[in-house]
Order: sequence, then structure tokens, then C-alpha cells
Amino acid sequence: MSRFLPWLLVVLLASVPFWMTDYYVLHIMITTCIFIIAAMSLNLLLGYTGQLSLGHVAFFGIGAYTSALLSLGFQVNVFNVPFGVTPKPVWFAMLMAVIVAGFTGWAIGKLAFRVRGAYFVIVSISFAEVVRMVAVNWVELTQGPMALNNIPALTLGTGEFELSFLRKPSFYSLALAVAVISYIIIARIVNSRAGRAMNALRENESLAMSVGIDVTRYLVIATIVSAAMAGMAGALYTHYIRIVDPDVFLFIYTVTMVIMVITGGKGTLAGPIVGGVIFGFVPEALRAMAIKPEIQWIIYGVLMILIVYFLPRGIVPAIERFWAGQKPGDDEAARSVPGALQK
Amino acid sequence: MDQLLQHLLNATILGGTYALLGIGLTLIFGIMRVVNFTHGELYAFGAYCMYALVMPLGLNFFMALVVAMALGALLGATIELLLLSRLRGADIDTTMLVMIGAWIALQNAEQLAWTGVALSINNPFPSEPLIVGPLSVSWNRVYVFFVALLLILGTYYLINRTHLGKAMRATFQDRDTAALMGIRIDRIHTATFALGSALAAAAGALLGPVFVVAPTMGDLAAAKAFAIVILGGLGNIKGATLGGFILAFVEELGAGYISSGYRDAMGFLLIILILLFRPTGLFAQKERVG
Repeated sequence: MSRFLPWLLVVLLASVPFWMTDYYVLHIMITTCIFIIAAMSLNLLLGYTGQLSLGHVAFFGIGAYTSALLSLGFQVNVFNVPFGVTPKPVWFAMLMAVIVAGFTGWAIGKLAFRVRGAYFVIVSISFAEVVRMVAVNWVELTQGPMALNNIPALTLGTGEFELSFLRKPSFYSLALAVAVISYIIIARIVNSRAGRAMNALRENESLAMSVGIDVTRYLVIATIVSAAMAGMAGALYTHYIRIVDPDVFLFIYTVTMVIMVITGGKGTLAGPIVGGVIFGFVPEALRAMAIKPEIQWIIYGVLMILIVYFLPRGIVPAIERFWAGQKPGDDEAARSVPGALQK
Repeated sequence: MDQLLQHLLNATILGGTYALLGIGLTLIFGIMRVVNFTHGELYAFGAYCMYALVMPLGLNFFMALVVAMALGALLGATIELLLLSRLRGADIDTTMLVMIGAWIALQNAEQLAWTGVALSINNPFPSEPLIVGPLSVSWNRVYVFFVALLLILGTYYLINRTHLGKAMRATFQDRDTAALMGIRIDRIHTATFALGSALAAAAGALLGPVFVVAPTMGDLAAAKAFAIVILGGLGNIKGATLGGFILAFVEELGAGYISSGYRDAMGFLLIILILLFRPTGLFAQKERVG
């Protein structure tokens, strides 16, 4: 039964645009979905390889800017050599966003994984900050704080068969599809040889190395996949909101992703989804109560501390343990969420 | 040539406060194995204390610095006792997450308390600058530099010449053995965190009157402090001192001759270069597996 439960959930979620008429709710669901994709990608690094990457928003923002710039076209002078790109179709721009973000992930992985622990964390934060400064200062390319406006929406096909993702119901379906594909990709990686190698290096890097696992190689692979996925989330975001400014690189968004992952349960497949749903809807609920954004962030900060103290492994493993206690011998939960019950 | 000399002078003066920032952060990491993400907020806290003490309360400018440092130490000790004392022996990622939570909460509390408006602090120094040959520098900056230097020397003295400093160094070398020798590790940790926080608050209280005081000032300070400690090696006090000056020189010359818009990015570029060519750090002896 529980094998079909996830698919039932997907079908239910996919049916939402057919009966949900409240566009506000749909909007929250779309942004939540985009953030869940980003959180899932972060979980691959944070949960499965154990690297606390705090520059993750950079990949999201690079995806957003790449896709926006390619679909709008741009003209810059690099060392007095003019370089221009004519507007490209949106699907192509989004594809390139994934590739560029993935490539950045490769470069950063190569560079940052020369160090570990606290050094890696600081380097990853610094990287995001540099990218933000480029977005602010390279006005010729990014319009700086003036933001890139009128970013086109995604359309596929032409004429009678044109499929437009301008309106919320259709965009919701797109975001959901990307989220499901991302989930499947991550589940496949985690259950593969590469996933087991990542687990091994998270638990004990020296031991993993000693049995012949090329640690840096797997870390870089994880970073590439993770960055490409975050880039896709950024591209979705940019063609949904249709405006992008350097604020997409703010550290606070990385914190939001981290808090989603650790609340749901890092190193579990369902964790980022559970955390993402909670922290996708919480801000809206707080806004409905007319609470200032500063207080919202204070609540996030305090929650983060409380979770580390009282629920260090997150909600999903806690529920699983509860479930396992109720029904001894039922290892279904363990199988559907590998890596969660190993300790 | 005169321009270059002026840049070098500015960098030296700036370097003093950068070193102060870096030492506070590196001390806490070295002894406690905690990356203090609230460091920038303590810096901002120092600046706001300075503002509150000097502007509305009308306290003496020099006394205000001392009080701001004391308040910074108090806030640091509170953070340590409240959040970190329960996490002794926890792995570094756990404490990092807690400190990030504290960072976000503190920063927004500051924003809520002071609103986003930038504030300026009056200083009692003459408004015409000190002019030496072709160089000019404001009296306030001269004061800032010498106080920073004094605080750095004081910290060195504390660590190398006093009983408390000896206990700190012992804890740094081997926590368990130090505990076995009768050193109260808990107290050392609280004292270290308070000292590091006081240094951050001092840097904020010194630079507050030079620039303006705003809630986001902490972020930039934290980012610079991180760059400095990476340059010097985490836990390396001499490294942090040198790193502070190196960062100041790179920023000042970079802003002067390359691009002023990327002034604050220079530190990160420096980190990236170091990682490329000397991943073990400028002054580090051990391998970096933090």
C-alpha cells in the first residue's frame, strides 16, 4: 500500500489546478514548490555528503540570472570587446541555466573541496557574496539594483499547439513536474553506488578514502548535480516572478533552504519536502497575522536553534521512529527513505 | 606617488581594526572550535552601544568605548552560557547551525530595535585633518588606529603573560588534558567568548563614529572577519593580526587602482587565490580539516 502512497500524493497534487480556483493559494504552492526543489538540491550536499554548503543560493541566483539574460538578450563590453547575445527561446535559456549552474558547481567544487569543515563553510559563504557583488556592480550586464524586468514566460511549440506557462495553473504543473523529476534523480543517485560512497564519506572520510573511494570526485559530482538542480529552481523562479534583482543572492535565502532541510530531516528523501511545505506556508500565515518580516526572521533563527537542540535529525526520522515503534518489524519506512535509519 | 602613500596610510589605519575583528573571531575558534557567526552582530552591537551612549545619553566619548566593550563582553558571555555551554563536545556543524540561528535572530532584533535608518555619531576631535607632508588623515582615524593597536597588544599580553591566558593556551592545545590539570574549561570558554565579543564590540564602537551605524553593518564586518581568519588560519592569532593588515592593503589598493565597486569583494578574491595556490593557508602549519 505505502508503495503507491507517494504516487497517489503526486496525482492528488497534479489535480490541484483543476479544482483550485484561489490564485493566491496557487501562488504560494508554486513558490513553495520552487523552494522545495532548491532545498532538495541542498539536501544532496548537506544531508548525503555532510558538507554544510552555505553558498547554495549562488547557484539558484546564477540559474535565475542566466535564464533571464539569455531570454532577454544582452550586450556588454568585455575589455572593450563587444559581446552580445540575441534573445533566445525560454526553454533554451532554462536549459543553459542548468548547464551554467552545474558548471559553476563543478568549478566551485574543485576549488572549495580542497578544504573541509569550518573552512569550507566560510568559503562557500564567500562565494555567494562575490556572485552577489558581481550582480550588483556589473550594471551593464545585470542592470544592478535596477533589476531585469519583463522576463518572458516559458512557451513551448508554436501556433495552434502553443503551450504557454504564463498563467498560474499551467506554471504550477510545470513546477510540480520539475520537482517530481528532481526527486526521482536524487532518489536514483542516493540509492546508487555514488550515493553509498557519499554516505560513506559523510560518516567517516578517512575510512572512505582508505577503502578506495575517490572522495573529492564524489563530492564534486554531488556539487554538480546539486548546483544544476538549484539552477533549474532559479530558472523556474525567474520565469515565474519575471523580474530578478541581486537580492536573490541574499544569505537569508540560503538560511531558508538550510532550515527547510534540517527541519524536515537532512539525509532523508522526504525531509526537504516536509520542511519546504512547512516553511513555504509559515511566512504566509505570519503575514496573515500582520507580523513584521523582522519578527519572522527572528522566529526562523530561534526555530533553527530549537531544532538543533530538540530535534537534531529532523521531523521525518522522528516520525519514522514513531511509526517503527508502533509497528515492530515493518521496515517499509526504512526502505522508502534510505539512509535515514542507519545510525 | 603621493596617492600611493595616502593609500598605504589609509590601509595601515584600517588594518588595525580589521586585525581586532579577526583576532576576536580566531580566538573563539581556536579555543572553542566554534565558528562564531554572531561576530558581525557583536560588532554592530558595539557600534549601536556607542551611538546610544554618546548621542542620547551624552556619555563621554572615551568612556563610551569602555562601556560598549563591557556590554559586548556581557552579551557574548550570555550567548555562550545560553546557547553554547550545552553543546560542549558537539560536532562543529551543530554549533555552526546554532550560531547561524543566533546570527539571524540577533540581526533582525537589531533591525527591529533601531530600524533601517543609518545613524551617525559625533566625535570630539577637531574637524580639520592631520596633515603630514602630502598626506592627510582625520584625527578620529588616528585615534581609532592607536586604540586598536593598544587593544591588540593588550590581548597578546593577556594570552601570553597572564594566568587566564595560560589556561586559555592550555585549553587550545588539549582540552581534555587541560581539564585533567584542574582548569575549569567551562569558565575558560565563557571568558574566551566574552573576550572575543568585547574585541568585536570595540571594533564596532571604534568604527561607528568613522562611518555610519546601520543594521546591515554586521554582515560586512562578519564577511571580512571570515576572510581575515581564513588568510591567517583559523585559530592563529598572529595570522589574524597579519591577515587583518593584508586584507586592508589589498582592499585599499584594489579599490584605488582596480575598481571601487568591488572593494568588498577583494577579500573573497584573496581567499580564492589562497585556495588555488596555497590551500594550507598563508601561515598555517597543520592541514586544514577544521
